[in-house]
Amino acid sequence: MPGRRSLFVLGMLAFGFAFLYVPILAMIAYSFNASRLVTVWDSANSPTLGWYVELLHNSQVLDAARLSLRIASVNATGAVILGTLAAFALERYRRFRGRALFGLLTTAPMVLPEVITGLSLLLLFVALEQTIGWPSGRGATTITIAHMTFSMAYAIVVIQARLATVDRSLEDAAMDLGARPWKVFLVITLPLIAPAIASAWVLAFILSWDDIVITSFVSGPGSTTLPQLVFSKVRLGVSPDINALASILVLIVTVVVVAAGTYMARRDRRRLREAQAAVAAS
Amino acid sequence: MTAAPAPRATPAAPPGQPYVRIEGLTKRFGDFVAVRQVSLEIARGEIFCLLGGSGCGKTTLLRMLAGFEAPTGGAVFIDGVDVTAVPPYERPVNMMFQAYALFPHMTVEQNVAFGLRQDGTARAEIATRVHEMLALVQLEGYDKRKPHQLSGGQRQRVALARALVKRPKLLLLDEPLGALDKKLRERTQFELVNLQDRLGVTFIIVTHDQEEAMTLATRIGVMRAGEILQVGTPTDIYEFPNSRFVADFIGSVNLTDGKLVEDEPDHVRIDCPQLGTTVFVDHGVSAPPDAQVSVAVRPEKIQLTRERPPQVDNVLSGTVTGIAYLGDVTRYLVRLPTGFELRITAPNVFRREERPAHDEAVWLHWHPSATVVVTR
Amino acid sequence: MNAAGALAARLQRRAVAARPALGRRLVIALPYLWLAVFFLAPFLIVLKIAFSNVQLSMPPVEPVFSWAADQVVQIRLHLSNFSFVFGDQLYVAAFLNSLQVAGVSTLLALLIGYPMAYGIARAPGTWRNILFLLVVLPFFTSFLLRVYAWMGLLGRSGLVNGLLLKLGLVHEPLQLLQTDFAVYLGMVYSYLPFMVLPLYSAIEKLDLTLLEAAADLGCRPTKAFFTITLPLTREGIFAGCLLVFIPAVGEYVIPALLGGPDTLMIGRVVWDEFFANRDWPVASALAIVLLAVLSGFVLLLQRVQAQEREA
Repeated sequence: MPGRRSLFVLGMLAFGFAFLYVPILAMIAYSFNASRLVTVWDSANSPTLGWYVELLHNSQVLDAARLSLRIASVNATGAVILGTLAAFALERYRRFRGRALFGLLTTAPMVLPEVITGLSLLLLFVALEQTIGWPSGRGATTITIAHMTFSMAYAIVVIQARLATVDRSLEDAAMDLGARPWKVFLVITLPLIAPAIASAWVLAFILSWDDIVITSFVSGPGSTTLPQLVFSKVRLGVSPDINALASILVLIVTVVVVAAGTYMARRDRRRLREAQAAVAAS
Repeated sequence: MTAAPAPRATPAAPPGQPYVRIEGLTKRFGDFVAVRQVSLEIARGEIFCLLGGSGCGKTTLLRMLAGFEAPTGGAVFIDGVDVTAVPPYERPVNMMFQAYALFPHMTVEQNVAFGLRQDGTARAEIATRVHEMLALVQLEGYDKRKPHQLSGGQRQRVALARALVKRPKLLLLDEPLGALDKKLRERTQFELVNLQDRLGVTFIIVTHDQEEAMTLATRIGVMRAGEILQVGTPTDIYEFPNSRFVADFIGSVNLTDGKLVEDEPDHVRIDCPQLGTTVFVDHGVSAPPDAQVSVAVRPEKIQLTRERPPQVDNVLSGTVTGIAYLGDVTRYLVRLPTGFELRITAPNVFRREERPAHDEAVWLHWHPSATVVVTR
Repeated sequence: MNAAGALAARLQRRAVAARPALGRRLVIALPYLWLAVFFLAPFLIVLKIAFSNVQLSMPPVEPVFSWAADQVVQIRLHLSNFSFVFGDQLYVAAFLNSLQVAGVSTLLALLIGYPMAYGIARAPGTWRNILFLLVVLPFFTSFLLRVYAWMGLLGRSGLVNGLLLKLGLVHEPLQLLQTDFAVYLGMVYSYLPFMVLPLYSAIEKLDLTLLEAAADLGCRPTKAFFTITLPLTREGIFAGCLLVFIPAVGEYVIPALLGGPDTLMIGRVVWDEFFANRDWPVASALAIVLLAVLSGFVLLLQRVQAQEREA
């Protein structure tokens, strides 16, 4: 029975993953190419780390990366704080006034086209500047606010999903033993949802680190983020130093995601083993 | 003792007064009435079991006692103090949760110490009391383990230790043995009673398991649809049920409808068409003449014989239609000429014994005092 | 208990009930306020500007509300932007083309994504985790850079043309970049993980004994797939399709980098109206229309996800 159909499924798997990974692998391979003509392999001088070295001396790139890093970290922290509160409200306070609108507001930023979010936020900032004088001009602050607004929605999804699996009776038990509500949250709920908060932080960081459309709307002349820099270069065509930059970024993300995945799989396996041992011992 | 500060309206109840008093407690969820006008009095040192099927409101009642649900109406007094409005973290009450609710990110020691920490008890005292408690539940040496490294029985004991370490006046237990397998449950039942006896804590237990209720409880409250139908000792509940529901819910019973035909202060006769005879009861019944009543006879109260018994009343004949040999007892199903089937349980006193067989004609008899008459 | 005592108890009860409410109110209010200010309010402003006229100033917009004489608020609503949007063939074509590109890309992603999700969900334990990770990984790597990677492959001297030339299938390099083909490719490529993930979780949840029962009752595997597996994973299919379709309609980066000058997509048109033409009112009007087009799909997605949560 596992004949034709599973062969078909295997074939589609291979095709799908090739489709997903060949472009990225090709890009990485060409980052070691000495030729300035990106797609012509200069076999005499390649592979080379030349473009990587050049990248490290490109102050424009380094400045943009530093700005992106700063915005992404502040954004992730803010989005996780607001996201945790919102997730708690949605998951634990089943009924409150305006809950339906709240639910819509927390999911809409995920699915709305970025041009709409970006455009509307810019118009808000302009209107605010005209009426109350803040924010004066646009830059890192407005970019961070814009990023927090949409990455918060993702943080809520991740944290709420975890919160839903936390046994309510644990919170009841802590309260029964004398802990006040805020303390229950701090010593019981928070540690239990900590893994989700960490994932939400990483996700919010990456969303911000990666964003180009919304950033373009709300950024000012003095603030160019890394994606903006890349985008302006890429619009003119393929360039080898972008290949190098892309390879570094892909590598970092891969290492982080794979490490996190392995760590979690290991931990789950260990817990399972210990639980089995406990049952066997009694 | 470092109990949480509780607002004191009146001084502690003098001995003999009810320790826990529940007055007209009601809880509505929207249109649904989960608990309806429940009033109860529970004495110090009792083990009181709330017994009922799922959805009968027993857990909601327990959660109101713990302070997790705000009652829609009524009041709760503990030791003479109105605690109705006191939040759970300030009540002198602790709870053992159904699936134990052990904090998975804390060790056994941290779990047990949690309640004392909330009160700001001194470190040294916490350590001694936690270890006393762990010794009491026989978990010395497990203090550094996490809950997932424990077996079901060990977890149950950690939960008990955690709930008792604050020396609560009242311990609420939600299906305390429900998650254990049968053998372990039987052993733990007795441990629980021993512990309660030693510490003198008042227990209120919620359970759906009547055997658990019968073994543990000093008194049982049978609940249905948010109301308490009967409160009494296990013997009361079993031998003198006050309603069809209680008679049927606790243990197994033969129930049939009847009409009062002879009503004297010292005895009554009830005509039961399904049995094809009148039943003689050797005590008076407070019901109007000609009233429709229900007659209940427990299977083990009926004697099954091959020869006709010498008695005149409460004698029936029938044929055996079902036999189940259970080791300690044998259960029979006997069909009467009316077609009605009665259940009979007979102890297997002798190892070799000729027992009635399928389709055999047999005689049935029960003592007039074994008949229970209920009017609702 | 006497009357005074009862009153005291009632007051105390109310005080206790009110105490957690303060913390609770804060927990709700903080994110709510943020979203109201930075997400809801901007839309009202977009709406306002969509009804306004271009003006040479900063912002390049004529006010909708102004103080006329005698302290009367004068409101000038210009419907011209909307009539302009609907009257101009270019904008209508851009909308239709966006819907078409998004629709076709969604279908292609489903055709590739379903077998993939199925393969992952049915793979043995360790493999399943690895394959799952491989689907998630592109999710985390830069969208911009992944689109850029295709520029390297599709260029005139890119890998694809090189391969075609070497195989002798073509004699001169094909124009692959800056075509609609490249846009479709980029769309399917970028949004494939969005399709695979909900499909995977739907297929993984499927009770395998159902298929065994079907086989036991004489149903062939292919038929079992269409009568059991497919209907039971319907929610995942809906969710995946909407998650691809909705962002694809308003996509900007892919048509900007991979599409040609005549690849009309609404996200790109909004961008150009705003940045190149500095016509804020028309850009706003376009955004409003796009929002109206998409809101139905967004609500549908919300309902599908709510159903999934309940299941």
